[in-house]
Amino acid sequence: MKLRLSEEDAAFREEMRTFFTTQVPQSIRDTVAARRELTKDQIVETQQILNAAGLAVPNWPVEWGGKDWTPLQRHIWHEEMQLASVPAPLAFNASMVGPVIAAFGSQEVKERFLPATANLDIWWSQGFSEPDAGSDLASLRTTARREGDEYVVNGQKTWTTLGQYGDWIFTLVRTDPDAPKKQQGISFLLIDMTSPGLTVRPIELIDGGHEVNEVFFEDVRVPAENLVGEENRGWDYAKFLLGNERVGVAPVGSTKRWLAAAKETAGERIASDPLLAARIADLENELLALELTALRVVAHSADGKPHPASSVLKLRGTELQQAVTELYVDLAGPLSLASGAQDGSDVPDWARVSTPQYLNFRKASIYGGSNEVQRQIIAKTILGL
Amino acid sequence: MDFTLDSEQTALRDAVRGLLSKTYDSTETRREVTKTDPGFSEKTWQQLAELGALGLPFAEEDGGFGAGPVEVSIVAEEIGRVLAPEPYLETILAAGLVADLGSPEQRADVIGRVAEGALVLSFAHHDIADAVVATQSGDAWTLSGVKEPVLHGARADLLVVTARTDAGVGVFLVDPAVDGVERTGYRTHDGGRAARVAFDGAAATPLGDPSADASDAVALAVARGQIALGHEAVGAIDVALRTTTEYLKTRKQFGVTLNAFQALTFRAADLYVSAELARSMVTWATLVLQDEPERAVEAASRAKLQVSRAGRHIGQEAIQLHGGIGMTAEYSVGHYTSRLTAIDHTLGDGSEHLARLASTVTDHGVVDPIG
Ligand SMILES: Cc1cc2nc3c(=O)[nH]c(=O)nc-3n(C[C@H](O)[C@H](O)[C@H](O)COP(=O)(O)OP(=O)(O)OC[C@H]3O[C@@H](n4cnc5c(N)ncnc54)[C@H](O)[C@@H]3O)c2cc1C
Repeated sequence: MKLRLSEEDAAFREEMRTFFTTQVPQSIRDTVAARRELTKDQIVETQQILNAAGLAVPNWPVEWGGKDWTPLQRHIWHEEMQLASVPAPLAFNASMVGPVIAAFGSQEVKERFLPATANLDIWWSQGFSEPDAGSDLASLRTTARREGDEYVVNGQKTWTTLGQYGDWIFTLVRTDPDAPKKQQGISFLLIDMTSPGLTVRPIELIDGGHEVNEVFFEDVRVPAENLVGEENRGWDYAKFLLGNERVGVAPVGSTKRWLAAAKETAGERIASDPLLAARIADLENELLALELTALRVVAHSADGKPHPASSVLKLRGTELQQAVTELYVDLAGPLSLASGAQDGSDVPDWARVSTPQYLNFRKASIYGGSNEVQRQIIAKTILGL
Repeated sequence: MDFTLDSEQTALRDAVRGLLSKTYDSTETRREVTKTDPGFSEKTWQQLAELGALGLPFAEEDGGFGAGPVEVSIVAEEIGRVLAPEPYLETILAAGLVADLGSPEQRADVIGRVAEGALVLSFAHHDIADAVVATQSGDAWTLSGVKEPVLHGARADLLVVTARTDAGVGVFLVDPAVDGVERTGYRTHDGGRAARVAFDGAAATPLGDPSADASDAVALAVARGQIALGHEAVGAIDVALRTTTEYLKTRKQFGVTLNAFQALTFRAADLYVSAELARSMVTWATLVLQDEPERAVEAASRAKLQVSRAGRHIGQEAIQLHGGIGMTAEYSVGHYTSRLTAIDHTLGDGSEHLARLASTVTDHGVVDPIG
């Protein structure tokens, strides 16, 4: 047992820290640090900088731009990126569709999509959820009927994050409505979002923002070559994808940074308000315990199998993320009402964004497998209940 | 960075587990042992010594085995798993102060005998009212005042006592048989033993230089004790959680086993989260002690706070998810809850450690576990 990083890993950490703090434009990092919304261009610019340096998709196979890193190095990369306020590579590309294509796609599909996906030349959207298929995703009803060398897609997806920017959407569609089990008749299909019959409609969220959409498919014709892997095996690919998603969603580094910034924001008040000091110290300790659990998980998952404690990460990680957004609202107090303040208001920026952020982050315990689904996983697969 | 035990450490764990699981094979056996004084098994104490468990963290030239915090944590966790009542923590903590502060003669006298199982030590630290005061006359020192509760204080062969001196805090060795020491022992709720130890001009030998303040040395020794206690708690938590989930799988109500009810399995999942977080934190604290001892006091507070939270959560829920059987002295989980409660309130409880961490929360930006 030892705590210190090996010399190699310490050098790696330094290298990452230097890259993230010197090679990504300050204006982008300031936007993240101030917890303001990034533009599409800022996200694309960052990913292309990372990709040019080989740092956008380290989790992919080496031949497609991945890195032969240890799980610990991947963790360090992710943490340092968050601590430096660098926006992470677009998850839909880097953690979701990319690895699925790399693992299950044909050579032709790989060549066609992977380089452009790594470089964010294609912006992917995730078309999994439907109005009646949320946690019970396998009950999805969007159909893809084979007609010659095309599929004809009909149905509706929803909650499509940043679908307004999407060039392509990766979908789960029902290709065999008569399969004996609902998991069996599903395929993983890539769809060009400019296809005729496909429409995107915005959904406004409680913070007033527009980050999710509904996507409608009306006789959308999709070339059969856009199928990933085998027909009716889509559920397996989706499980692979969701497994990756869960590992990537413990947002320790960014939550740590938010909490450190909250201390600066609170300033002198901490010394005069013991309840506030205790609340912050408590959050800090819980976050440390989470980070250490993440480190235990990566240090142990060298053999490829996820450590059982990994399901703790999403559950606890999102709870703490939400707790810090709640702290900001309380720090702002009555100023937290001033979310619509413009020039001419005395309310500082951080207080203006505090409540919209708090409301927005209620999402974190719903998506990526809701926290109830995480508890179900722990109870069933770890505790055997 | 590495969180795995090496082969010697694994062998130590297996040996201690083998001994303790045989000795404390049921709640009933443990209750038998804790019923009568000294509240633990002298034979088991000897067996722990024969395994080498009692001399682990001490230098070989002092009569120890030159191992470190990780080895201590392994023993502590096994003790926690079966709630072994032997005075391991008390003895190791007090002997640690002898090792840190004592003269070569004092170390040679005490450490070797501790390692052999020939000495039970108590750390008399908690002042119930005014601090115990040390007075010097010539070369001789005497102590006056009351320490309580002193864990295993009535059985101890030797007391390591903290007392107020002109320089601040001093640490003294006291032979409990000398005039001016009065010990009143009693049971603690977790089956352990504690005592009121009153000093009235009792002869004491300083450990180290009594004209210097020993606060830092005491803080480090206490941190070591807190971290070891954390491991004991993690062992107890692990078993309490396992016992509870097994019960949910076997107990039938309404025609089904209880794990059919998500209201219960979700609570069990939350217990697992608490248990893992606590394990992560105490493991880290042990590694800090090993690799970065200058940060050990902070790490011990962090671990103790986490363990306090987890111990309460799991202790309370383990009983609740069992229903009535969890309340009985015959069944195991209630004893785990009692022990976890005792651990929480030994060497500073969750609130105390949170207050400490709160008072330093503005000294840093983010907390970096690796340093
Ligand atoms: C902001 C946001 C962005 C999203 N982005 C995307 C996206 O880009 N692409 C995409 O495909 N999807 C996306 N989602 C959808 C997300 O994955 C679903 O919301 C999620 O799967 C939950 O489904 P649901 O909303 O239908 O809730 P439901 O499944 O109806 O759940 C309702 C409540 O019941 C609980 N529950 C459900 N089943 C169980 C059970 N068996 N046991 C106990 N409790 C249960 C849930 O945890 C929840 O609390 C997004 C969601 C949000 C909020």
